[in-house]
Amino acid sequence: MSNIVLAQAAEAATSINPGLAAIGYGLGTLGPGLGVGLIFAAVINGTARQPEAQGKLQSIAFSTFVLVEVLALIGIVVYFLASTS
Amino acid sequence: MGALVLAEGAEFKPPGIADFNLPPLFGSGYWLSFTKPMLLVIMSVVIIAAFFLIASRRLKVVPGKGQFFAESIYGFGRNNIARDQIGSKDFKPFIPLILGLFTFVLVNNFFGIIPFFQFPTMSRIGFPLALAFLVVYPVYHYVGIKRHGLGGYLKKELAPSSVPWFVMPLYALIEFAQKFFIAPATLAIRVFAAMFAGHLIIMVFALGGSFLLTDGEGLVKLASPVGFLFAIAMTFLEAFIQILQAYIFAFLAAGYIGAALASEH
Repeated sequence: MSNIVLAQAAEAATSINPGLAAIGYGLGTLGPGLGVGLIFAAVINGTARQPEAQGKLQSIAFSTFVLVEVLALIGIVVYFLASTS
Repeated sequence: MGALVLAEGAEFKPPGIADFNLPPLFGSGYWLSFTKPMLLVIMSVVIIAAFFLIASRRLKVVPGKGQFFAESIYGFGRNNIARDQIGSKDFKPFIPLILGLFTFVLVNNFFGIIPFFQFPTMSRIGFPLALAFLVVYPVYHYVGIKRHGLGGYLKKELAPSSVPWFVMPLYALIEFAQKFFIAPATLAIRVFAAMFAGHLIIMVFALGGSFLLTDGEGLVKLASPVGFLFAIAMTFLEAFIQILQAYIFAFLAAGYIGAALASEH
């Protein structure tokens, strides 16, 4: 009878991968979220001090934004890779 | 979460990776099937070529609307992307490549929100991988090696004289990984993941809204316009992200070429 219990526990245990993958992705959005916030906070500050610089600041902001955003995007891809159970 | 069981046991199946595996249009098997993304890629090339060819017929000094639009796109790719990244001395041979990358990725991304096509081809990882590893990666290495020689190129990238000697091994390792693996890989993954995630989000709202409309019990049906409204809002956001990703792809490709061409200073 304990064999049946063990087999059922094994069946239940193999399906934790999607849950862990979701937690992993959630943790992985902390860094990029902070990073994007910092980049655009700098843009807003710079535009407030010198409104003529808005164009150049925005172009620098977008080109650095994608470097930070790629980390969050890799996170969502890794979620799909890891969520096979 | 289990199943959202509503009227008569109908079950909402959330969209996933399987929704991106479109069945082949004709042909079968791994090598001989012709799928919808392949057709979209061919159509995008035809559309871009036709647009530029038609806009450049009978060029006038004072441009009409079509010529002005084409000149704006050409000027954007030439000045803002190629010249600013590669430098005004040697950017001219790369204008077709950079402009081509920009417009190709842009049109293929736009296919994700245009009603009849409705599939961003860059959400199949093969297309960005091919663009990054078969087009951009050989170009910037070949250009750097041709200008500086193989030894000079490796020395410039991995062991520049401005780095102190005790940092050199770590620096060389990181720069090697960055230039030979991480740069093209992230170039591909960036546009792939953005298109994949964006298409998935729009699908969730559209499918969810239609599921609520058809299988919702009673007052639950009233929630479906929210789904459709968010699908529309996400479509606008997705349009912005698609333009941005196309610009960034060309921008970074030009940046890598410019970095390979630049001499040590």
